[in-house]
Amino acid sequence: MIYDKYKLSVKDKVLLVDVTGSWTIKDIDNDISKFKANLDAYEYESVQYDFLKLNNLDTAGAFILSQALRVNPKDKCDWIICNSDEGYSTLMKLVIASISCSAGDKKRRWYDILTNIGKGTDRFFYELVETLAFLGQFFMVLMHFIFRPQKVRWKSVVALIEEIGVNAVPIVMTLCFFVGAVIAYMGVNLLAAFGASIFMVDLVGISVLRELAPIIVAVLVAGRSNSSFTAQIGAMKMRQEIDALKVIGLDAYETLVFPRALACIIALPILTFLGMMSGIFSGMLIAWMTMDISPILFLTRLNEAVGIESFWVGLVKTPFFAIVIAIIGCRQGLAVSGSVESLGSRTTQSVVQSIFAVIALNAIFAILFYQMGV
Amino acid sequence: MKRYHPVDAKGITTKFGRKFVHKDLNFHAEEGKITGIVGGSGSGKSVLMNTMLGLIEPQCGEIFFNGLSRKKLKRNDIRELNNSIGVLFQGGALFSSLTILDNILVPLREYTNLSEQLLRGIASMKIQMVGLTSEALDLYPSELSGGMRKRAGLARALALDPKLLFLDEPTAGLDPIAAHAFDELILSLKTSMDLTVVMVTHDLDSLLNTCDKVAVLINKQIAIIDSLHKVAKYDNPWVKEYFNGPRSRFN
Repeated sequence: MIYDKYKLSVKDKVLLVDVTGSWTIKDIDNDISKFKANLDAYEYESVQYDFLKLNNLDTAGAFILSQALRVNPKDKCDWIICNSDEGYSTLMKLVIASISCSAGDKKRRWYDILTNIGKGTDRFFYELVETLAFLGQFFMVLMHFIFRPQKVRWKSVVALIEEIGVNAVPIVMTLCFFVGAVIAYMGVNLLAAFGASIFMVDLVGISVLRELAPIIVAVLVAGRSNSSFTAQIGAMKMRQEIDALKVIGLDAYETLVFPRALACIIALPILTFLGMMSGIFSGMLIAWMTMDISPILFLTRLNEAVGIESFWVGLVKTPFFAIVIAIIGCRQGLAVSGSVESLGSRTTQSVVQSIFAVIALNAIFAILFYQMGV
Repeated sequence: MKRYHPVDAKGITTKFGRKFVHKDLNFHAEEGKITGIVGGSGSGKSVLMNTMLGLIEPQCGEIFFNGLSRKKLKRNDIRELNNSIGVLFQGGALFSSLTILDNILVPLREYTNLSEQLLRGIASMKIQMVGLTSEALDLYPSELSGGMRKRAGLARALALDPKLLFLDEPTAGLDPIAAHAFDELILSLKTSMDLTVVMVTHDLDSLLNTCDKVAVLINKQIAIIDSLHKVAKYDNPWVKEYFNGPRSRFN
């Protein structure tokens, strides 16, 4: 058979491959890539290449030519080259020595989706158990430090409080201000219809103090600081800095995780308090502007109807949020493996998990407080 | 017709801030030969390599590839040029989010239009050419050892059959047996694929085994490019120390 760039014929069970022109990766066209398929029509036991008219050959071309050897797991058939210069023969030798039965392609199967669901479920429980174990470890270290407070790395705790807490004050206060205003406007529209606009104080007070400020601050810290915990610790893990710590005799848990958790525990209630004040303040402004409820009336009503209880209910949740956020961030950071991709996916996971955990925990608190009647 | 060198750096001056790294440096690699670049730590070997690769723009001077200046090339020509150059960076520089197979296929996919099956076949051949098994194809770089990563990096560098190969410390961090095997690999690839190799190295064994020519980088310039034995006799305190020191093999 004669093709553009090669001629195939069989003689005494020897396949003659007469090659012309240039066979490099740039020359591979339809004709050349069908080389293997065209061979199926022939029966032979050995191959003879004729390179007389060959101008140029590279490994890709040699690879395609070598497919004539019908490589199977056990053996390649015999081959010779005639009319070739030294370079092309050594190249063919190298390529033929390097081929073997090529590994099969990976295929997507119909049950892939089931496999993925299974893997996902398995991973969910794995992550849950691991996070709980990590949490347990945190309390162990906490116990250890309670009796030796001088051993806590206060310097890094203070630096972290600045990073997590002080630097987040403007954004926290701005956000809570907006949220308080939105709630107040909602109250104005709804309650004025019943002539009960004074109840907007209850609405703003209870919603901001009990739920909104703690949740917003926790979600913000989860997005802001938790991701940086994961990225910092993850990058340290990738560069073997964690291993170096261990070898030097420092516990990564005591040096990295605990200060972060402690800083969160201290910073989060303070941030929440500021958020509450900002939310209440914006509610008060809106009430004054739209309904002419004076600040004094607003505060009196707040004191009577909402009381200090809601404030404590909101604030008492925050240290728990703080622990969960710090623990998840640090755990994901320590779980980073060698690749850049795992750093990215761990950071995503840590933010998603901590926001999820904060909201779930908040729901548990809601049930708890309801049962307790507060 | 005058034959040009595959790569020829002329009058290169590179400055970082106020500090000169190279001052009027000349370097060339001869076709079909392995040229080693040696020099003390911080003498600017890697900077020279990066300059030749176009990663660093020199303040003065030009790099010629087969007689053509890189500066005067158009976009498409630069692409063509980059296709004819393969580079193995020190740590392999494999893309860590891709499997070895996909790493090798990055240049192939970008510049060719072949069927997936053929690409996989070619990649599998390349990986075996550099002495790995095709099982390594589906692994990620982080799952390989340092030596395997270097080999995989070499397979990627060779993906498009370059004529010119740059190696940055190819044997650094390998045990002597693996280093020797890597040298042998470079030698056999050089003869069979007709490569010109430029190699930055500290490894004296590697210099002895593989390099046809050795260039010595001292005092911001290439002091000498010649065969190893002539270079070893070159009259310079650093060169003498380097080749006749306690770790030398020339005694």
